[in-house]
Amino acid sequence: MNILMTAMTGLLCLAMLGSAWVAVTGKGSGQRVSIAILASGLVSLFASVLFLILAAPDVAMTEAAIGSGLTTFLFFFVLSRVRAGRQDGS
Amino acid sequence: MVKRFLALLLLAGLGGIFASLLAGYIPDAELNLTARYYADHAAGDLGAANIVTAIIVTYRGLDTLGEVTVLFLAASIVGLVLTHRQKHDPRPGQPARTRAPVGELLTTGTRFLVPLILLLGVYVFMNGHLTPGGGFQGGAIIASGILLLLLADPLKHFSHGLISAVESLAGLFYILLGLVGLVLAGGFLDNRILPAGELGALISAGAIPLIYSLIGLKVGAEFSSMLASLSETEEL
Repeated sequence: MNILMTAMTGLLCLAMLGSAWVAVTGKGSGQRVSIAILASGLVSLFASVLFLILAAPDVAMTEAAIGSGLTTFLFFFVLSRVRAGRQDGS
Repeated sequence: MVKRFLALLLLAGLGGIFASLLAGYIPDAELNLTARYYADHAAGDLGAANIVTAIIVTYRGLDTLGEVTVLFLAASIVGLVLTHRQKHDPRPGQPARTRAPVGELLTTGTRFLVPLILLLGVYVFMNGHLTPGGGFQGGAIIASGILLLLLADPLKHFSHGLISAVESLAGLFYILLGLVGLVLAGGFLDNRILPAGELGALISAGAIPLIYSLIGLKVGAEFSSMLASLSETEEL
């Protein structure tokens, strides 16, 4: 059980680092901003699972609701506004 | 080139600092003095089964007030900037931008899910003193319900008057409860103005459920007002 827990934690950390890499560099997403935004939401999701494993369910709930929910939405919202502005301007 | 080098230097320095912190990290064998006090006294003094909530709402109540204030400021600034923009950028004579229909799945799913999401949010902040969660989490869950409504019908208008009334009344009663604690109990935001009740019951832990419900309503209203103003400016 303990070994499985440690292995899962390590895997989650790797997944977090991987999605953070995609979110920051845009590599593996074909430089599409929407994929990068989803990847940054994924970082929060993995972080909230990690918080749960570390016995902090309160923090995990906050991270899941705000980090991966509302923030991701906010990024998409701003992205759509930027795109609309670009279309109007050109 | 120099800029890149400086950035790399900064990153390497930060990495070095964090690596030395990590190398010297020894997990505590037991709780430190403050944590030990909280763990021992939260249930007995305040009657809250969830120690985290006891700390957030009562022991560190002033910090929570500060956090709620910061959130309020953020919501007001979003509202201010976006209404400012609405005034200066009108496009009279243009028909409202038409949108692609959002789809049957989203509309039906929203009708089914939004009441459940709102119920979950209320459950989370009402049970903050018993189970993990509380005002901030519950408020964020309520706001995600509002977000779903906005996604299903982007032209929907929420009454800003209602949202700000809920927000201001919740904030006002929060401060008033804190001041009542100053008079009737040990200090500002002391929860022992109401009987502590039985440990683990829904109505227990003094004023904590009341304070956390107010915080939940306030946070939910603040997030919702931000989402609503963002969505309304998109229609320019």
